[in-house]
Amino acid sequence: MTTHIGLMAVFSLCVSIVFATLMRDEPSEQLRFGAQLLGGFILGGVILGWLLYPLPL
Amino acid sequence: MRATAVSPAQSTSTTYLICAVAWAIPGAGHLWLGRRQKGLTFLITLLLMFGFGLWLEGRLFPFEWSQPLVALAAFADLGMGIPFLIARGMGAGAGRVIAITYEYGNAFLIVAGLMNMLVVLDAFDVAQGRK
Repeated sequence: MTTHIGLMAVFSLCVSIVFATLMRDEPSEQLRFGAQLLGGFILGGVILGWLLYPLPL
Repeated sequence: MRATAVSPAQSTSTTYLICAVAWAIPGAGHLWLGRRQKGLTFLITLLLMFGFGLWLEGRLFPFEWSQPLVALAAFADLGMGIPFLIARGMGAGAGRVIAITYEYGNAFLIVAGLMNMLVVLDAFDVAQGRK
């Protein structure tokens, strides 16, 4: 649960729920938009992680 | 009431009272305005996020004006309203900087407060009859 990816998924889920509820009125639209947001956050996070992987810290 | 129906505009004093209640208890402004589904979603999600941040040993930052970023984080934390004040009063949110989840906890606490501020703005729009 407290892995980086696990926490990122929980964080993304919470943010997606709030933004979808704020920006859409109908529950079905909220569900669709929330799922798109969640997928985008997680996919974006993974892609960004791999892009940053070769950079020295 | 359907969620898409535009609410009638409230008086100015009522609008500001709704905003104050929405800040104090996440989602309460929407519940007041009859948007039950939205209000309950905000209440549950934001409280969960806030509790998760405390569980991850994040810090409720103090208002230290000598450190502007710390003061900004404190302002964001304050966005949670009464849950923030209760947690602060109970001595929670001291933050353990050597905990591996410290920064994650901070992210949860700060973003929960900031999103509650957005929820307050949305409640303002609904109370004004704009949504």
